[in-house]
Amino acid sequence: MAAVRTPSEKALNRLAIAAVIVITLIFLAPIYWITATAFKPRNLATTAPPTIVFQPEISPFVKLFTKRSQLREPPSAEVYAAAPWWERMVFDGGEKVVRDGKGQVQLSGYPSRFMNSLIIAITSTILAVSMGTLTAYGFSRFRVKGEADLLFFILSTRMLPPVVVAIPMFLMYRAVGLNDTHWGLILLYTAFNLSFSVWLMKGFIDEIPKEYEEAALVDGYTRMEAFFKIVLPEAATGIAATAVFCFITAWNEYAFALIMTNRRAQTAPPFIPSQVGSGLPDWTVIAAGTVLFLLPVAIFTFLLRNHLLRGMSFGAIRK
Amino acid sequence: MLATAIMTSLNSQSRAASRGMSDIKIRNLFIIPTILFLIVFNIFPLIYSLGYSFTDFRASTNAPANFVGLQNYRELLNDPFIWTNFAITAKYVIVSVTGQVLVGFGTAMLLNRDIPFKGLLTTLLLLPMMLSMAVVGLFWKLLYDPSFGIINYALGLGSFEWLSNPQMALYAVAITDIWMWSPFVMLLSLAGLSAVPKHLYEAAAIDRAGPFYTFFRITLPLVAPILMIAIIFRTMEAFKTFDIAYILTSQPTTEVISIRLYKMAFQEWQTGRSCALAYIVLVMVLAITNIYVKYLNKVKER
Repeated sequence: MAAVRTPSEKALNRLAIAAVIVITLIFLAPIYWITATAFKPRNLATTAPPTIVFQPEISPFVKLFTKRSQLREPPSAEVYAAAPWWERMVFDGGEKVVRDGKGQVQLSGYPSRFMNSLIIAITSTILAVSMGTLTAYGFSRFRVKGEADLLFFILSTRMLPPVVVAIPMFLMYRAVGLNDTHWGLILLYTAFNLSFSVWLMKGFIDEIPKEYEEAALVDGYTRMEAFFKIVLPEAATGIAATAVFCFITAWNEYAFALIMTNRRAQTAPPFIPSQVGSGLPDWTVIAAGTVLFLLPVAIFTFLLRNHLLRGMSFGAIRK
Repeated sequence: MLATAIMTSLNSQSRAASRGMSDIKIRNLFIIPTILFLIVFNIFPLIYSLGYSFTDFRASTNAPANFVGLQNYRELLNDPFIWTNFAITAKYVIVSVTGQVLVGFGTAMLLNRDIPFKGLLTTLLLLPMMLSMAVVGLFWKLLYDPSFGIINYALGLGSFEWLSNPQMALYAVAITDIWMWSPFVMLLSLAGLSAVPKHLYEAAAIDRAGPFYTFFRITLPLVAPILMIAIIFRTMEAFKTFDIAYILTSQPTTEVISIRLYKMAFQEWQTGRSCALAYIVLVMVLAITNIYVKYLNKVKER
């Protein structure tokens, strides 16, 4: 906008800055609150009125990873003294860690769900981005009959509501035994992200001047060599941004995971809410699981900040 | 079908044809697997469920499917409860998208000036839309709690019921959605606003045009196409909404069409009927998608 000149414009500008700061704080408040809850002792998590000032502790994260049961009576002084620091935290909360016959600490359901999320999101991202980059190059550099229609077809697959696709997919997966398997979700997420990856990568590759490859072809490179040695390195930033977007989408997905998995291949998004289920939920543990799950996405958002516009508009709007 | 169409179309510019693979081969190798993959995972299932939509199949039993013709469609379109679900969805879309446009565009207007730490503030504001909708729904449950929730405490509402109140629940879901997706409208609006040529504002200032005139005659018309993209995209997404509403409440007043579809398919196991409903929803989504893509291409051409 035009430079600030008059005193009244200056005051207006200050007012706008103040408003922006207030809005930012309001938008961040829910994220702050769930993060704060993840560091509260259990008895302060659900107080009325809410507890705002407290001594943070990491016991919710210890409890997040272990299987626990209620203590009938406090542990004896010897047991307490012999326990490692993290187990004392569980004792302090009125619970004990469950061990198997050999005395091994049993893990809660969370770590395996987190690992499932990682495996499924990373594998499907690699598949979607590599196929998407090749296809985008094909559309960008060669004449394809019915290009606009094919690109519309590719985009429209992304717009289908998950629940609509999930009904037949569930039946088909059941028939071939892909229900509740890692590969089942990996393939679904690859299909879901593939259209996005093609559209975004096409934008990035369109921006690489054709002359680069043509020079390489004149120098005796084959088309394949030109693609791998000239185009791919030029497109590296775009590939990285596309990969992060695909990862986030797969990481966050809920409906397919809810319908297609229940235990073995279950990811974190359907698992975390299922903990609220019955009885009095321990909100500190749920909050800890939530914070740990949201953290990678928050970090990626900062890394991606210059590509967000492009990614969210399927590459249609570029700065 | 599509694959052969691509293969038969010829490419005249195959300069590297003599060395290595020909351009046509490479193009087909790069494009066809993706098209086939998408057909297997998106088109094939839809054909499969189209077949089931004409039957009384129930996936929970071993009974064979009986062909019932158009009965599922006829019953669904005459079912007042289904129309209630569509009406709830429509209300949700209107409330949620209007809220997102007001908050998102308003914030973008405020941000579109020289502000210290503008980049940092913008990134922080964009954070909510990157998070998992299911997990966002979960922790807003904690925020909305009538007795220990921070929202009632901060607004001084006592023990106001948000989610277990049939009148309020849909708005509560919409507020969460507005929190999550206003940043998206803001992001696109900012791009539109920053593309408005500065000299137009300078000219308006010289002509002593008032702020209203400047806004309605310069800013809004120039931002409109990008804002329209944001609105159509959000309409489409809000129409499909499932995660947030499903996790936040189980009120009948928040049963949007995706939730009805999910329950019909995976809780009541009326597979055939749910396939028919899925098709009705699909036609609606494709109609909105078509409008969206037309707009995308329009903006791209500018």
